Amino acid sequence: MAAAEIGAVVPEITAHDVERPQRGWASWITTTDHKRIGILYLVTTFVFFILGGVEALLMRVQLGTPENTFLTPSTYNALFTLHGTTMIFLFVVPIMAGFGNYFLPLMIGARDMAFPKMNALSYWLLLFGGIVFYVSLFFSPPEAGWTSYAPLSGEAYSPSGGLDAWIFLIHLTGISSLLGAVNFYATIANMRAPGMGWGRLPLFVWALLVYAILLILALPVIAGAVTLLLTDRHFGTGFFDQGQGGDPLLWQHLFWFFGHPEVYIMILPAFGIISEVLPVFARKPIFGYKAIAAATVVIAFLALLVWAHHMFTTPSATVVLVFFMISSFLIAIPTGVKIFNWVATLWRGTVEFKTPLIFAVGFISVFLIGGITGVFLAVFPVDWQLHDTYYVVAHLHYVLVGGSVFAVFAGIYYWFPKMAGRLLSEGLGKWSFAFMYIGFNATFLIQHSIGMDGMPRRVYEYPDIGNLAIYNLISTIGSFALAIGVGLTVVNVVRSVKKGVRAGPDPWKGNTLEWFVPSPPPANNFDVIPRVRSVEPMKDIRRQVARQTEAPVEADAVPMESVR
Amino acid sequence: MLAAGASADFATPESGGSPNADSIDTLYKIVLVVAALVFVGVEGLLVYSLVRFRARKGGVPAQIRGNTRLEVGWTLGAAAILVVLAVVTFVMLDDIRTPTDSDPGAYPTQRIADAQNPAAYQPRPPSGRALNIGVNGQRYVWRYTYPDDDDNVLNNVFNYETLVVPTRTTVTLTIRAQDVVHSWWIPELGGKADATPGHDNYTWFKIPEPGTFRGQCAELCGRNHADMVATVVAVEPAEFEAWLERKKREIDAANQLAQRRREAEAREVAQGEVGPEGRGTAGAEDDADAEENPEDTGTPEAPPRTGGTQSPDDEGS
Repeated sequence: MAAAEIGAVVPEITAHDVERPQRGWASWITTTDHKRIGILYLVTTFVFFILGGVEALLMRVQLGTPENTFLTPSTYNALFTLHGTTMIFLFVVPIMAGFGNYFLPLMIGARDMAFPKMNALSYWLLLFGGIVFYVSLFFSPPEAGWTSYAPLSGEAYSPSGGLDAWIFLIHLTGISSLLGAVNFYATIANMRAPGMGWGRLPLFVWALLVYAILLILALPVIAGAVTLLLTDRHFGTGFFDQGQGGDPLLWQHLFWFFGHPEVYIMILPAFGIISEVLPVFARKPIFGYKAIAAATVVIAFLALLVWAHHMFTTPSATVVLVFFMISSFLIAIPTGVKIFNWVATLWRGTVEFKTPLIFAVGFISVFLIGGITGVFLAVFPVDWQLHDTYYVVAHLHYVLVGGSVFAVFAGIYYWFPKMAGRLLSEGLGKWSFAFMYIGFNATFLIQHSIGMDGMPRRVYEYPDIGNLAIYNLISTIGSFALAIGVGLTVVNVVRSVKKGVRAGPDPWKGNTLEWFVPSPPPANNFDVIPRVRSVEPMKDIRRQVARQTEAPVEADAVPMESVR
Repeated sequence: MLAAGASADFATPESGGSPNADSIDTLYKIVLVVAALVFVGVEGLLVYSLVRFRARKGGVPAQIRGNTRLEVGWTLGAAAILVVLAVVTFVMLDDIRTPTDSDPGAYPTQRIADAQNPAAYQPRPPSGRALNIGVNGQRYVWRYTYPDDDDNVLNNVFNYETLVVPTRTTVTLTIRAQDVVHSWWIPELGGKADATPGHDNYTWFKIPEPGTFRGQCAELCGRNHADMVATVVAVEPAEFEAWLERKKREIDAANQLAQRRREAEAREVAQGEVGPEGRGTAGAEDDADAEENPEDTGTPEAPPRTGGTQSPDDEGS
């Protein structure tokens, strides 16, 4: 409807005298362009997402009926180990790096990342980490869960090489993430457009900055821990063996000292995506920019202080239990602040129900449940009942699927037009959301009750007691609806890459600088890097263009005095 | 009754077997009420703003960038809710963590010796008296060791899988593991306690009425983790005493039998009559057990691989 107007008023800057973009598979392998690396990241991690999803469906089939014999215990244990490890290390964490790679330079007005070759190395380490891990399918995959608790992960109880493949996955993806984090940090610190002070950084970039810092702080701990595990397994050390002066609890402390920040590593960039999407489709500035940025930093700080709430059932002094309950409570405050700010961003806006917004709102509505059940789990006497049951499975999926995955889908629908130059189908997108939302809640809401009825997690079978059979059947049916929803988006993307409606540079009237360049952006991103005068530079640019061309433009309704 | 119980547990944890489980259930319900209010409030605001402020012709979005007073207000509001939850938890903590004394008519218990309960963080019942049972997690079965009058733990009554306890009596558990991490959990009797190699963990319960309570290992311990079940059977104290006596006799008889076999075997070996394949299997298993688990010495029974072991009902009482 507004296409003609957009064509008339949006600055189309064409790059002259640049090299023709290289084509063919060799150009993808040798590329150091942050956008191509970003696409490699996004496609690779989405493939792993589908693998992890298939693993989840196999498990749900097994649990669809009591005392099922579809899978053997060892296959089932391998599946949940593969599923958890894949979703965390090969999907959620790196797909955020994928969005970051593609959009961080564009959003801050840079022409590439600070270290383009290191950026390529990050990607290839990730891919090979994933391959090393998945090759274990052909001999004997690990069966100790994504947490690989000692002594179960020791040589005596997990003699197969699958567990070593898991260790090398942690090493390779860990180095990949560390290099990527250093790259993000250096890029944000040094390569912002003129005028983009810390107070004008897009909130997604704030989230990536904190994501990078948390990765740099947390990853060395898990790298050290898995190295100790490796030497325990193969070189006779006894770091986690109580018989040799070691301690199985040491593993749990080291693992969760990394593992809990990892949760925020996965959710903070998701928060960032939501903070970008909501104002664009509510046509309102984000409510409380400073509070949201500050909450991100506070969450990251507290994330380093809550690890032992995963260990409330271990032998612990009351003072330890109380400390970690309080620190976990505290983290609910900045998280709540963000939710309130997002709702307030919608308040008195003009909300346009485009697919990215629908996914973002879906995110808020289900992430809230994950946040609230997190408070239950922080109350340690209550956790003694809920720990290691399906209640925890439900909680973590409300945070990571309802949270991170819905935000990832919001990001896909929001940014696909920029990456492909074409719009995704709105109809298919909304169907995808409907299936995902209903399927997700059907799968995981009932799991709270499954857990409270006494079913522990990580069991390959359960007896036909009480309502467990019907609850689990509901969950299994829901998981297939969720899978259909994901599949619809895959179809949508595959169709729209070639056949979608052309998007133009700024289909949503975005606020941030990635919408300043053509879609897809040229290799050098910006011929001219615009000066940034507010937290919403594109609003300023559109207004300036309107003024200079004196063409009638759709009112953005921004009072001039609010733009410094 | 079963249906009522099941529906009651739709939104709350299991309880009803022991006061600590009931207290956890109460605490859960308090948190649930607060959580429900927050949930309805926030989701309500979200839905309201989506409906009320959906894009319409001529709609003008308000260009509001924040409101310091409002933002400080909801930050403090969130903090206040959490302070309330923390205070409620502290108030209820003692009921959950500290065992109460046995009720009248309980099985006569002893003072818990310091060695059995050395950690300051597991409070004792006010009288210091409880029935202290050792729980040992091993792949994939739970082994229980009952206290007796002497310091030698090798001759104590023990059982696998089914924990028989007296009603009205405070039972404290000292929980250990001998191979990998397990977790002790009987939902109706209270929360979990991890069994970690090299560490003692504690929990307690007091069951008012005879009954059977089922649970299972809650920490992944290997391929048969799902089959590592536990059953607590509460019987009247007199019946418990009789069971304990019978168990003791059985174990003594089995020990004597094993001793006779070992002696016979030693004689045979001394006479050079028997090759390695002819050796008594009971003796060989005992030796293997003795290395792995000192508590098992002197017992002829190998740990059962699957369920269905000694419960008082099986044994035709």
